[in-house]
Amino acid sequence: MGMTMTQKILAAHAGLEKVEAGQLIEADLDLVLANDITGPVAIHEVEKLNKKTVFDKDKIALVPDHFTPNKDIKSAEHCKCVREYAYAQGITNYFELGEVGIEHALLPEKGLIVAGETCIGADSHTCTYGALGAFSTGVGSTDMGAGMITGKAWFKVPSAIKFVLTGKPKEWVSGKDVILHIIGMIGVDGALYRSMEFVGDGIKNLSMDDRFTIANMAIEAGAKNGIFPVDELTEEYMKEHSTKSYTKYEADEDAVYDETYTIDLSALEPTVAFPHLPENTKTVAESGDIKIDQVVIGSCTNGRIEDLRIAAKVLEGKHVAKGMRCIVIPATQKIYLQAVDEGLVHTFIHAGAIVSTPTCGPCLGGHMGILASGERAVSTTNRNFVGRMGHIDSEIYLASPAVAAASAITGKLSQPSDLGL
Amino acid sequence: MKANGTVFKYGDNVDTDVIIPARYLNSSDGNELAKYCMEDIDKDFAKKVQKGDIIVANKNFGCGSSREHAPLAIKCAGVSCVIAETFARIFYRNAINIGLPIIECPEAAKGIEAGDNVEVDFDSGMIYNKTKGTQFQGQAFPPFMQNIIKSGGLMNYINAKEEE
Repeated sequence: MGMTMTQKILAAHAGLEKVEAGQLIEADLDLVLANDITGPVAIHEVEKLNKKTVFDKDKIALVPDHFTPNKDIKSAEHCKCVREYAYAQGITNYFELGEVGIEHALLPEKGLIVAGETCIGADSHTCTYGALGAFSTGVGSTDMGAGMITGKAWFKVPSAIKFVLTGKPKEWVSGKDVILHIIGMIGVDGALYRSMEFVGDGIKNLSMDDRFTIANMAIEAGAKNGIFPVDELTEEYMKEHSTKSYTKYEADEDAVYDETYTIDLSALEPTVAFPHLPENTKTVAESGDIKIDQVVIGSCTNGRIEDLRIAAKVLEGKHVAKGMRCIVIPATQKIYLQAVDEGLVHTFIHAGAIVSTPTCGPCLGGHMGILASGERAVSTTNRNFVGRMGHIDSEIYLASPAVAAASAITGKLSQPSDLGL
Repeated sequence: MKANGTVFKYGDNVDTDVIIPARYLNSSDGNELAKYCMEDIDKDFAKKVQKGDIIVANKNFGCGSSREHAPLAIKCAGVSCVIAETFARIFYRNAINIGLPIIECPEAAKGIEAGDNVEVDFDSGMIYNKTKGTQFQGQAFPPFMQNIIKSGGLMNYINAKEEE
């Protein structure tokens, strides 16, 4: 019986020739990540360990991105805790305001993670790096702390679901629509404890930014990780962003999958997840008349340059609806600058949107765009749970940047075709 | 080791945003977090919960964010055990790592109602519904995880292993 892509990476990092689903292993880690919310808890936990120094100061990333720029005194204290620890331990990849961006956009951009590596992060969306053909998964602060000191983590080897992607998405259909469609199909626990492995000739029609978005939301189906094979586009991305050497893994031909789904990308339509679960999906066309108060375009899911280009293409020469609050958040400083250079920021501001410095902010109801009771947002973020972005009586509709931008213009849930685009 | 208490019952997909909303994550103090535990799904939970009480839920308990603040808030609120049909995987690891006892048992999740008095025997994995006079066999942890729990959490386990 062969191994899946994920199983091969785990076996290699556990020093084993072969692993099977359900086996408990200890794997070496190539990257260990925390942010300003989970970092302080991890730093407090590692105080309990006899060994006090980190396993490798180059293989740890501390990224204060959630409540930064510091939203209040308590958050400022958390950031201070992370900063002081990073300096005391000589951690190379600590990112201060001015360098910092949303962690899951920042780390691939900085070339800190490449194909074939293993990564744990005290943030559930750490699964994003599966887009590069790495094994990466979210953990809690204690696991992160242990990994930061020992360089190892225990895993139960997951079984996998295979998603065969075929065809080419239509215009205005992106990675977000693909993953929302999949979560709608299998449910928020449809991949619980398992890997989601994406294969098929349709992948060549998905940009790296599309793949990051898809892998990012694997956790929203309960998955341990989501992973893509390495193709020319992946290699091009890694060569552009990283000096690290990488390893390509492919699943064995006789690898066993719990289930296989085939998805024709050309058949997908702009999709939206209704409150209060990412599995409550409909196409925008069948959504009906939903008035919207706020639009958020950004986050680790959809704050990359291509997302901003799509949003700007929709907003170009138009204006957001009267009373609409449209918040655009480039995920990193590099993306922000690129958006300035390409004139996208000009387009956003002329259209009546605001452009914020990189932060997770509104996605988790932290700051920079909290919802009042009864308000509705179309958001390119990843969760629409009760109270996620503010009041428990507010509502979040998850969608792509194209749908979010179109909705900002009309003031109701819309897609670019509603604007004649 | 045993737990005994009154049950608070919830449905499917109880996410970590409702267990402890992000607006409180500017604190990492368990006792502070416990004051707001379950606030967005059960407003009076923190007032009503007594030391030893038990949470019972259906599938995918603890889905969403990786925040360890969620099991920590539940533990510090005084909850002695969480029983669910299934747990989200990060919550499952976090609960073991911080020493919050959890048991997967679909039958118990179905056969226990809010307000029932329930006893859990962690050694055998048996769950007794004393109110209804029924019992359920929960899934015991694999030995590796039992060792983490017996050591008093992941950090102590790592220290002990190092000394071996």
